[in-house]
Amino acid sequence: MTQIFAYIPHQGGVAADIALEYPAAAAKIDASSTLTAVVTGSGPDLDKVANGLTSIYKEVIKIDNAALAYPNAEVVRKALVNVLDASAIVFAPNDTFGMDLCPGLSIKMDSAYVADAVDFEGMEGSLLKVVRQELGGAVSTHVTCDTAAGAVITLRPGAFIPVEAGAAGGTIVDKSADAGDLAAKRRFLEIVEAEVGDVDITKSDVLVSVGRGIEEEENIEIAQELAEAMKAVVSCSRPIVDAKWLEKSRQVGTSGQTVKPKVYMAMGISGSFQHMGGIKGNPFIVAVNKNPKAPIFQVADVGIVQDILEFMPELTEKVKSM
Amino acid sequence: MEILVCVKRVPDTAENEFELNSAGNDLDRDDLVFSVNEWDNYAVEEAIQIVDNVGGSVTVVTVGDDESEEVLRREMAMGANNGVLLSDDAFEGSDGKGIASILKAEVEKGKYDLILTGAQADEGAGQIGGMLAAMLDLPYASLVNKIEAGDGKTVKVGREIEGGNQEMNEIDLPCVLSIQTGINEPRYVGIRGIRKVASVEIPVHSAADLGVDANVIGKDNAKVKRVDYFVPDLGEGAEMLEGSTEEIIDALIEKLKSKGGL
Repeated sequence: MTQIFAYIPHQGGVAADIALEYPAAAAKIDASSTLTAVVTGSGPDLDKVANGLTSIYKEVIKIDNAALAYPNAEVVRKALVNVLDASAIVFAPNDTFGMDLCPGLSIKMDSAYVADAVDFEGMEGSLLKVVRQELGGAVSTHVTCDTAAGAVITLRPGAFIPVEAGAAGGTIVDKSADAGDLAAKRRFLEIVEAEVGDVDITKSDVLVSVGRGIEEEENIEIAQELAEAMKAVVSCSRPIVDAKWLEKSRQVGTSGQTVKPKVYMAMGISGSFQHMGGIKGNPFIVAVNKNPKAPIFQVADVGIVQDILEFMPELTEKVKSM
Repeated sequence: MEILVCVKRVPDTAENEFELNSAGNDLDRDDLVFSVNEWDNYAVEEAIQIVDNVGGSVTVVTVGDDESEEVLRREMAMGANNGVLLSDDAFEGSDGKGIASILKAEVEKGKYDLILTGAQADEGAGQIGGMLAAMLDLPYASLVNKIEAGDGKTVKVGREIEGGNQEMNEIDLPCVLSIQTGINEPRYVGIRGIRKVASVEIPVHSAADLGVDANVIGKDNAKVKRVDYFVPDLGEGAEMLEGSTEEIIDALIEKLKSKGGL
């Protein structure tokens, strides 16, 4: 029987969606595993989250401390190390918080660490077989993780099938008294909200989205012309913003905007999971990429293997002539 | 400010089409193009800019084989002052914890105020910075997209969080930060710069030089091991449009019309 603790991030009294995905992930490791939710925070919001989780988890560990009011990874790590059994498996999401928390947590718990698991293929003895992706999703790998002395594993949000919240009738176990000294060398100051850009890409039904395949800043104009012809708006993937060719408010992805268009034209975009994580509502995805092995072709509805710099102007001409 | 930046030589995702070997269990490595991990260039640029502002020096370090020396030279051509290659057959097959242990031993040989890594590299784990910080008992922040050098005792850093927002923190020095792309614009490295550092001697430190605990490095001590590579199988995939460009465009336009795209 495998003991698994699932760390559950929350905001405004609401648990993150991944709370519903952990049970499926745990079942794939070991059908008889014991899964315990763990929440940290402070005050009424934390109680609300913990109560809500009892409809999914049989046991919910709650750690309440004013120092945990904001999820500072250093403070959360200290609390978890003091409360959790180090020989167990600990789940967390592979998001900006999980990436901040988990590598260090694995060292302090003297556990193995696997980041960004997208699937599990069961246990053989203490060896857990995990599926991951490397090289921006271009290749997948099987890795084995020796869980004999515990493991910290981050899961890719959205990779496991969510369960329906039911009436698990779980109990809340208050471990606040065990959290220990939570003094930190890193102190949270504030959240700076994203700036609003000149165009709101979240409002457009059709997006012409460009990635690395655009090659040069001047070529953005080619996408702009196609977008105008289609009465669409130009959005982009992260490298275009990093190169400062378009402003941050045009970026689609987990670190950018979440969009829900009807049609998404992915032009020269490889399709990393961080990018696809920003596209909701199941739009019709057209992918044009000169690399036939680009991961985007596994999620697109229509794929075209062409150089976007030649393809887009021809498409623009045709649309204009209609 | 004395800054150490950990860098890595990786297969270039922009330049390669990744194929499996004939056995189907590894990448076909014969024609792979390698380069400096993209995130690391931002980390080195940030280090150089900090030193330009407040003084100090930038050292780049990597764990790798002889070929990894080229990435150290490239980062030195950018403006890093020193390079160190950590190389030993005993390092081969180390997992993240093993690599972090090797780096920890090098960090402890110097006196650094700031240790930077790229936010992630080819394996996509983003693990080395956080592990290294925990091993050294130093504070850590990941996905850093802003650094304001403070009074020499602390730095103010912005972290990238979901939705384009930024989380500001104050962190005591020394600390470890993993650097996100977009924090700056890494400078162009010309052939002249490369030539300038071509003959600079780069020290190589072995496991014995570093005094690394032999029980945490190498394949035998790795708790996490890659078994194989395979081609992702994510559902049906796209309907691929083929034919002449004109035929493709005609077919695409029909589809776009039916889906509300035109």
